[in-house]
Amino acid sequence: MDNPARRGICQGMAQDQDILIVGGGLNGPALALALAQSGFRVGVIDALPIDTRKDPGFDGRAYALALASKRLLAAVGVWARVADHAQPMLEIKVTDGRAGEGPSPWMMHFDHAEIEEGPMGFMVEDRHLRRAFLDAMADAPGITQYAGETVTAQTVDATGVTVTLASGRTLGASLLIGCDGRRSGTAERAGIRRTGWSYGQTAIVCAVAHEKPHGGIAHQFFMPNGPLAILPLTGNRSSIVWSETDERAAQCAAMSDAEFLEVLKPAFGSFLGDIRLEGARFIYPLNLTLANSFIADRLALVGDAAHGMHPIAGQGLNAGLRDIGALAEVLSEARSRGEDIGSPIVLARYQQWRRFDTATLALSTDAFNRLFSNDNPALRAIRDIGMGIVNALPGLRRGFVREAAGLTGDLPRLMR
Amino acid sequence: MTDTAQTNTVDPAEISKFEAMAAEWWDLNGKFKPLHMMNPVRLDYITRQIAAEFGRDLSATRPFEGIRLLDIGCGGGLLCEPMARLGATVVGADAAERNIPVARIHAEQSGLDIDYRHTTAEAMAEAGEQFDVVLNMEVVEHVADPLAYLTACRMLLKPGGLHLCSTINRNPKSYAMAIVGAEYVMRWLPKGTHDWAKFITPDELFDLLTRAGMTPVDRKGYVFNPILWSWSISEKDLSVNYVTASVKP
Repeated sequence: MDNPARRGICQGMAQDQDILIVGGGLNGPALALALAQSGFRVGVIDALPIDTRKDPGFDGRAYALALASKRLLAAVGVWARVADHAQPMLEIKVTDGRAGEGPSPWMMHFDHAEIEEGPMGFMVEDRHLRRAFLDAMADAPGITQYAGETVTAQTVDATGVTVTLASGRTLGASLLIGCDGRRSGTAERAGIRRTGWSYGQTAIVCAVAHEKPHGGIAHQFFMPNGPLAILPLTGNRSSIVWSETDERAAQCAAMSDAEFLEVLKPAFGSFLGDIRLEGARFIYPLNLTLANSFIADRLALVGDAAHGMHPIAGQGLNAGLRDIGALAEVLSEARSRGEDIGSPIVLARYQQWRRFDTATLALSTDAFNRLFSNDNPALRAIRDIGMGIVNALPGLRRGFVREAAGLTGDLPRLMR
Repeated sequence: MTDTAQTNTVDPAEISKFEAMAAEWWDLNGKFKPLHMMNPVRLDYITRQIAAEFGRDLSATRPFEGIRLLDIGCGGGLLCEPMARLGATVVGADAAERNIPVARIHAEQSGLDIDYRHTTAEAMAEAGEQFDVVLNMEVVEHVADPLAYLTACRMLLKPGGLHLCSTINRNPKSYAMAIVGAEYVMRWLPKGTHDWAKFITPDELFDLLTRAGMTPVDRKGYVFNPILWSWSISEKDLSVNYVTASVKP
């Protein structure tokens, strides 16, 4: 009965990894690190070579990491590698503005002093995060990187999933996870459809250097065409996320840096003194895209692959990291019970945990944006008063601050 | 061992009921959905008890390596497969013949080596088989003679071995939940799955276990939360489903 040779073959030794992750951007590595910490053997597949992803040039992109996200990064050993490059966000000022008239007198002000956990979040540049993740993965036992490889096919059977790479190599695992963004090939190959719509808006993303210190204050101006966010980076620099109509954004994209700066300046205002551009400008058409299912046979979707949302509140990466905390917790619990980590009953726990939360967030940021991207005087008055009311009620405001810090809802263990 | 070695404590009417259901074992949304829903808490209890008794670390790879485990009434292998995945050497026994091929096929598909047998606890005890762990889940309420059956379970344990036994309490609430609720209202279980008169209270079970020659060491409740739609383990609420741990001295 107990033929040792048969046991070896039988019990999973034939598989290359326990879990394969497609996508080596930010979510993929964060998930790989969390899973490796729980004892899984993890493979990370990415189309780009590691050195290309590590390229230290500043491209203007940065993330607002909520406090809960910072905790997850600390738990997987990444925070210490980026802490020196992180700008704490101490206050958030939300203002309803109309070009040429300056901010309206009503505004919301969220201060981290109102919650005891510390700053609401941290601004970290994309380049520092990427390098920290890649360095952490290189140091982590249990993670194999398949870099410069793309997936051409994936097949599922009762025992596992087999992935074919463009090089012709095949890899087997118990579970495949798509961290490959809003146009997830992993989801598409599994036949998962998406629901979504375009906002007719495009985000212009860049960084600016300014004369005066920002004091760790993030600003969000709700302009008629879309919101303008000014988020503090280390030093006298800020990251800009400016949502404009597609038409206007296309015009901006065609401008020279000098021309663009002249358009930006009136919207930005003069409160930080003179400004100049740093790094490149990026253009992202804004659309909401929700996968109709976050799971399929031996497959789970994480981050934008599951839910690409409006970046209005900087919640994209934070929501992805919440997925990661939840999925890592579900899978490590399943493993310690001896459950099949790729079984529908295990994956359903992840979907149940995350799907409602992300759908709510995606739709509320959508509604928020629709309410504010509007120049109707009545709506403008209502939202001004709404803001004033929120600002006058400390309890409600504290709730918003905790929400911004990512401290509400059913938090995964890695984020507590 | 001749004193209790009868092979006929299983009620034949009970076996045929389960045979009819056997093919559905692994359908997560089929008739055994309640067992699949309950399985995580059952596994939590089982794995923690085994880890504590034998000093194993559940975060390790294959923590139950070297442990010989018997699952009585293994059904489609819902407990055998996780135990094998954790490294235990697993024998699954079921008195319903049709369960065995179902369980075997599924284990093979899962790449797991599990020894499934169409036999009874009494027959295995008579043959002198012994194990480190005996799992006895949701079986005792279906047998004709619980004391004779539990005595066979004791004989199947090595000295110091661990016996985990779960069943359903007998009170108006358990009648409402397990029979009216699960069988008639929710249609979770086929009507007639359970006979309420055969349900056993925790004190009666502790007494039976002691009389069968084992030392009861723990008991906990499994509680269903209809709002969260999930099961959890309770220290205090043993009013419907509950589980016990006992050891062979």
